[in-house]
Amino acid sequence: MTDLTSLTLAEARDRLKSRAMSSLEITKAHLEAIERAKALNAYVAMTADKALEMAQASDARLAKGEGGPLEGLPIGVKDLYATRGVHTQACSHILDGFRPAYESTVTANLWRDGAVMLGKLNMDEFAMGSSNETSYYGPVASPWLPPNWGRDRARAALSAGKRGLLTPGGSSGGSAAAVAARLCLAATASDTGGSIRQPAAFTGIVGIKPTYGRCSRYGMVAFASSLDQAGPLARTVRDAAIMLRSMAGPDAKDSTCSPASVPDYEAAVGRSVKGMKIGVPKEYRLEGMNSEIEALWTRGAEWLRAAGASVVDVSLPHTPYALPAYYIVAPAEASSNLARYDGVRYGLRQPAADIVELYEKTRAKGFGAEVRRRLMIGAYVLSAGYYDAYYVRAQKIRSLIKRDFERAFADGVDAILTPATPSAAFGIGEKGSENPVEMYLNDVFTVTVNMAGLPALVAPAGLSSDGLPLGLQLIGRPFDEETLFALGETIEQSAGQTVLPEPWWE
Amino acid sequence: MSVDLSTVRRIAHLARIEVTDAETPHLQGEINAILKFVEALDAVDVDGVEPMTSVIPMRLPMREDVVTDGGIATLVLANAPMTEDGFFVVPKVIE
Repeated sequence: MTDLTSLTLAEARDRLKSRAMSSLEITKAHLEAIERAKALNAYVAMTADKALEMAQASDARLAKGEGGPLEGLPIGVKDLYATRGVHTQACSHILDGFRPAYESTVTANLWRDGAVMLGKLNMDEFAMGSSNETSYYGPVASPWLPPNWGRDRARAALSAGKRGLLTPGGSSGGSAAAVAARLCLAATASDTGGSIRQPAAFTGIVGIKPTYGRCSRYGMVAFASSLDQAGPLARTVRDAAIMLRSMAGPDAKDSTCSPASVPDYEAAVGRSVKGMKIGVPKEYRLEGMNSEIEALWTRGAEWLRAAGASVVDVSLPHTPYALPAYYIVAPAEASSNLARYDGVRYGLRQPAADIVELYEKTRAKGFGAEVRRRLMIGAYVLSAGYYDAYYVRAQKIRSLIKRDFERAFADGVDAILTPATPSAAFGIGEKGSENPVEMYLNDVFTVTVNMAGLPALVAPAGLSSDGLPLGLQLIGRPFDEETLFALGETIEQSAGQTVLPEPWWE
Repeated sequence: MSVDLSTVRRIAHLARIEVTDAETPHLQGEINAILKFVEALDAVDVDGVEPMTSVIPMRLPMREDVVTDGGIATLVLANAPMTEDGFFVVPKVIE
């Protein structure tokens, strides 16, 4: 019997439609796999009863020849999506015990289309992190083994704090690990500076951050509102396209959500890329760049050329300023958004004699070190006397970053090809303990896209000499996700199948 | 630009986060590392550049000015750590 958890989302969909298997069967197979993979720490809450109930309802609809595009397909949900009556904490202690009375639009869209919820996935606290290590629930172990590690050594590390094992990246680390470890067919994720794309690259799967406004942010725990965007993680480009079509769409509850209708993204998968013009930005060629990453990038350009696209050099001169500007804009918006955690209306509360002490004690106890640090930076750059020098200046630089992309696209470039990350996955406990900036540099290739509001897809493009997955990023014009799916599939096909790791953790 | 210890305490208070004297020197080091990192922005000529206000050009949607929800006080209070008679409870604010 084929392992049902190894099916792609598209294969599972077709089998359910033809009644070759039931939703209950594939849902149970996933719940069992999650039980066996508890030590990876990918899920922070399981919703097994709800999953079985939803699967049965899906089977009833499928039996009548009904059902939506995702009918009966079990998926995982990042812990920052509000799910009615279910654990929703953005993996922070400050949201202790929070059970929302409402559903996020993205997850509501998925349930409308028939998807089955398996549980909530681990993440960096409030999505602030690039390794899933800032989660209140602890780090997630990547299903990929560190170079030259055997099963026994990895299993021993798994039960001893996970040190030395690889991170799945972050902030959507639980989502990426769960998809790569076959603990769900696909998962929701979110991306403020690279939180979908870097984990996708680290775990050998596909992730897309759509155009700002393509998905509703209603019911997503806010980090930086002008940068946050929902998107899927999946094992193939086609699966990501299927997921995004259901997640996206207009929403009256989010005034920044686009009213434009959602195209059939899956139809773009397999579309010819012949005649497309692909830009390669010279500013992404960093000094001291990892030679493997550089070679991968060149190979990616060759694949697209072989498929009939032309590859041209482009210049995005303000690229080096994107990351520093991000570390002003994002903390500033976070300090405003996270002001709501006050110990009064929901979540954690520390006893105090007066209201200011209540705030200060609750927030000191409830937020982890990385979140506290960013909120303080945010408060500083927005404070009297510094607002113009930091915040306004960063927003001006953001305009320049966006203008760079607009010029490249105006010159007829259809998409831009870049590496996804400066390296393959690193180890748990390896980065950022001395200087937080060390961790921030992970997002150097991804953060520009959030600053400009553009869509970008990361597809697996092969393995490093150490046998770890590496990804390539494609950046598109606003609302042209279809081109990214077409090009992404070309990369996916050219690179050949990334064979995901065997379940050594079971 | 860099911050001194008293500024660290001031911004912690602005952010309503309690910090102990023991942790301020470490926080100072981290915050200064980030401020040093963002100094790169000083090199950019931003004369005449408009600060970004909306990343994707979009008209703000308008709707009728009418009540669209409400009457859900119990749901609003459901997650509060302390409530009484349908209200949030906080320590005494006004003497």
